[in-house]
Amino acid sequence: MANAKEIKTVLFGPIFANNPIALQVLGICSALAVTTKMDTALVMCFALTFVVAFSNLFISMIRNHIPSSVRIIVQMTIIASLVIVVDQFLKAFAFDLSKQLSVFVGLIITNCIVMGRAEAYAMKNSPGMSFLDGIGNGLGYSVVLLVVAFIRELGGSGSLFGVQIMPLLSEGGWYQPMGFLLIAPSAFIIIGLFIWVLRAYRPEQVEKA
Amino acid sequence: MEHYLSLFVRAVFIENLALAFFLGMCTFLAVSQKIKTAFGLGVAVIVVLGISVPVNNLVFHLLLAPGALEWAGFPEADLSFLGFLTYIGVIAALVQILEMTLDKFFPALYNALGIFLPLITVNCAIFGAVAFMVERDYNFGESVVFGIGSGVGWALAITLLAGIREKLKYSDIPAGLRGLGSTFLVVGLMGLGFMSFSGVSL
Repeated sequence: MANAKEIKTVLFGPIFANNPIALQVLGICSALAVTTKMDTALVMCFALTFVVAFSNLFISMIRNHIPSSVRIIVQMTIIASLVIVVDQFLKAFAFDLSKQLSVFVGLIITNCIVMGRAEAYAMKNSPGMSFLDGIGNGLGYSVVLLVVAFIRELGGSGSLFGVQIMPLLSEGGWYQPMGFLLIAPSAFIIIGLFIWVLRAYRPEQVEKA
Repeated sequence: MEHYLSLFVRAVFIENLALAFFLGMCTFLAVSQKIKTAFGLGVAVIVVLGISVPVNNLVFHLLLAPGALEWAGFPEADLSFLGFLTYIGVIAALVQILEMTLDKFFPALYNALGIFLPLITVNCAIFGAVAFMVERDYNFGESVVFGIGSGVGWALAITLLAGIREKLKYSDIPAGLRGLGSTFLVVGLMGLGFMSFSGVSL
């Protein structure tokens, strides 16, 4: 088993130093549409982390038995089966949330992070490390998603997890909500600014003109 | 007729897959540097969406929906939980067949679209459109219109973005915003522009 330092890099690297969404632009597809509220975003994060961790684990376990010509299909099948498990679980135990997430849980299948990690990491590393790599990348994705959802829910409806933090003007409070934060384009702009902040911190990520 | 027209307009402008639902973002951002390639990819997406949404509609209604297997003697069967696995398989197979057919019979078209086709299998726009079709319970006619309409909307969005990015090359952008950052801001502004269609209904 690898030493503690390596475990730490694998687990925490993707959260800040090498965040998959902010740096490699992977997996934004399904990430943003669920960020108008914290609770849907949080469920999405759990779902994705679960899928990427276990798909990494299973793919790594059978990596020596997968013929390389059909590996994409094998990976797809494993990922799709895991997503079905998550989707059925949500339908059974959190039906309202599953309705709000609508097709976006299913879209984890085509999420580039999941496929990307399976192909780039799990095919070459031991099951234990692959599992940690999956969790690390899932958490990296979660950080971005939760930051965006935090801004959008707090600014757009003055609440967090559905609990009113800032009383709205329409209900006798003082906060005039920013309707802009509730519509789709705001997510793009928040992510754009997020990338700007991140790159101001880490100038080596700046793209050449 | 009016119903279909209205569905088409909604799929192209109001519920634009890229700008309102963030679908197909990876390719949307990566392949939007030149108008020509962006347009090629857009056409490929229209073709694949136009075929795969109706085909998956048939698969869902004839095989997976609750009670759909009555013709085979299983009126109780409900295979809808297999949906995701089936759709992605059908999409992958369709793209493969399309690629081989184009290669054999339309080599010129294959040379133009060929490089984009493999990319499209894992494009969330295709899978997303199929999932929306199932969730909204479209019939076959509606699914044809929805498939082509959402494809046209996606193609329109990526071509416009490529046009803007070609012009943006000459501007002096703050270092941290270069490339990805500015693209996101532009897409956000485009999305706002497309929101202005939201009142349109036929």
